[in-house]
Amino acid sequence: MSELDKYSAGSRTDIVRPIADPGLEPHRERMTDKSERHARNAEKQVAIMFVISIIGAIIAVWGFFAFPIVDGDLGATRNNAFWMGIGMALSMLGIGFGAVHWAKTLMPDNEVSEERHIARSSDEARAQAIEIVKLANGESGFTRRKLIRRTLYGALAFFPIPAVVIFGDLGPVVGDTLKQTMWRPGTRLTRDPTGIPIKASEVTIGSVFHVIPEGLSDLEEHKLEEKAKAAVLLVRVNPADLKEDPAKASWSYDGIVAYSKICTHVGCPVALYEQHTHHLLCPCHQSTFDLADHCRVIFGPASRPLPQLPIAVDAEGYLIAQSDFLESVGPSFWDMRK
Amino acid sequence: MRRRPWALGVVIFLGLVMSGGGYAVATQTYQSEVGSPAQVEEGRKLFLSNCASCHGTNGEGAVGGPSLIGVGAASVDFQVGTGRMPGQASGPQLYKKPVQFTEEQILAMAAYVASLAPGPAIPAEEFLRADGDVTHGGELFRINCAMCHNAVGAGGALTEGKFAPGLQGVTEKHIYEAMVTGPQNMPVFSDANLTPEDKKDIISYLKYVEEFESVGGYELASIGPVAEGLFTWIFGIGFIIAITVWLGAKAN
Repeated sequence: MSELDKYSAGSRTDIVRPIADPGLEPHRERMTDKSERHARNAEKQVAIMFVISIIGAIIAVWGFFAFPIVDGDLGATRNNAFWMGIGMALSMLGIGFGAVHWAKTLMPDNEVSEERHIARSSDEARAQAIEIVKLANGESGFTRRKLIRRTLYGALAFFPIPAVVIFGDLGPVVGDTLKQTMWRPGTRLTRDPTGIPIKASEVTIGSVFHVIPEGLSDLEEHKLEEKAKAAVLLVRVNPADLKEDPAKASWSYDGIVAYSKICTHVGCPVALYEQHTHHLLCPCHQSTFDLADHCRVIFGPASRPLPQLPIAVDAEGYLIAQSDFLESVGPSFWDMRK
Repeated sequence: MRRRPWALGVVIFLGLVMSGGGYAVATQTYQSEVGSPAQVEEGRKLFLSNCASCHGTNGEGAVGGPSLIGVGAASVDFQVGTGRMPGQASGPQLYKKPVQFTEEQILAMAAYVASLAPGPAIPAEEFLRADGDVTHGGELFRINCAMCHNAVGAGGALTEGKFAPGLQGVTEKHIYEAMVTGPQNMPVFSDANLTPEDKKDIISYLKYVEEFESVGGYELASIGPVAEGLFTWIFGIGFIIAITVWLGAKAN
């Protein structure tokens, strides 16, 4: 029986050998094997690396005390982390490099090959295992007692069900929160971050205002969630430059248009506005929207225009929302239609 | 050697001219919205010989350049004072380059353009001192400016060859004028949007980040994940590959 035939069929991976096994390459002596001087040098080098490791540990401890972390001073934290990190890196790398250099230069490097042991258990062990299974089956009556066996299957099928029910209770139900923002009919457009309302007369041609809904700054909770949905970019362009859909012409006010700042691709804030081209660029993936043409996508991965906020002017001259956005803001999702 | 009598007169005359000139420079204010008739006339002459071929003989605009009626003195001071005007070549964007005119000539042209129609004036010295509220300025900068100019004003790319220039080293006056006039494709941030105090705070923030080193270590030009990722790929992964090769190699 050849060496290969001892393996089971499943572990035979190298029966066909198109190229003959060249065997081990001839052993080559290292300089450290040939010359005592080189061996002594290698020994010193390893020792130096271990000493560097010791110095590194000392540097780390010194850095910790020499540059204490001062509350509110980020520069102090930086210095502390820098010296601790340098010291600990030297400490660990010194041990690692020293050990590898030691093994490579001074420990024996004679090539040996070890045959893989046979994966199959001995026939006696296999027979014994089958005996154990049969004995357990006979003693428990697993095959004989059908009632017990079948009710056990049922119990195993039912026990994960409570976990599935609990998963449904992991967080608040999303409901309509993704489809609604803070904008309501009559909500004033206010400056981010001060919350000061904006008069239409203040928005000169070419001006850009970063807008949050009135009352957002006063929210006690979920302020960032609401801001992330309701953020708006307000721009006035020359009314002659606007290419407005007649159905949406009443959404703007004398060249002032308001669009959601949340990119319809993956939700980055779209706010790079070019005054003369009227292009609005998203910094994350370069989606480009034509602000003068209802924020039509003219480049990039976004798949639909930025939602427009219909605006009007109240009796005091302040800009107000006519309603909430008429479509969902931000990235598309499966039941986004309102 | 005996001095000649007229030498003293020359020395006195030179001294008077220089101290007077220095005094005039030191007390120069940037508030004059309407220049003197002589200054406007001087500006008109400079305008006709240097600007009119593109902007029209009365600043009304022509094929090569936009109308300058109503752009204000601040616009002229920014465009000419940073060397962007006179434009060198047409392209997606005009570059900053060596200034072609003296301060006096620039102010004269600014006075002439301001005389055409009211527009943003050259800002008052009190808003250019960079001693405002850095925290507030930083917040305003991140909301209004950072998307194009980068969080610390390192600049960034726009579409089709246009870019938002880096703001390091730009004078306080030019930063203010850019906000109030919206040069090239930059939008306008009028005083109704960001008050002069807000603008002062933004300038203070920019000067602060320019002056103080980053606490996060070496900034790699502050241009963000591209430079940092490239550094990690080349040096971080390069170091790991070098160690791997060393581990696998036999000792000599």
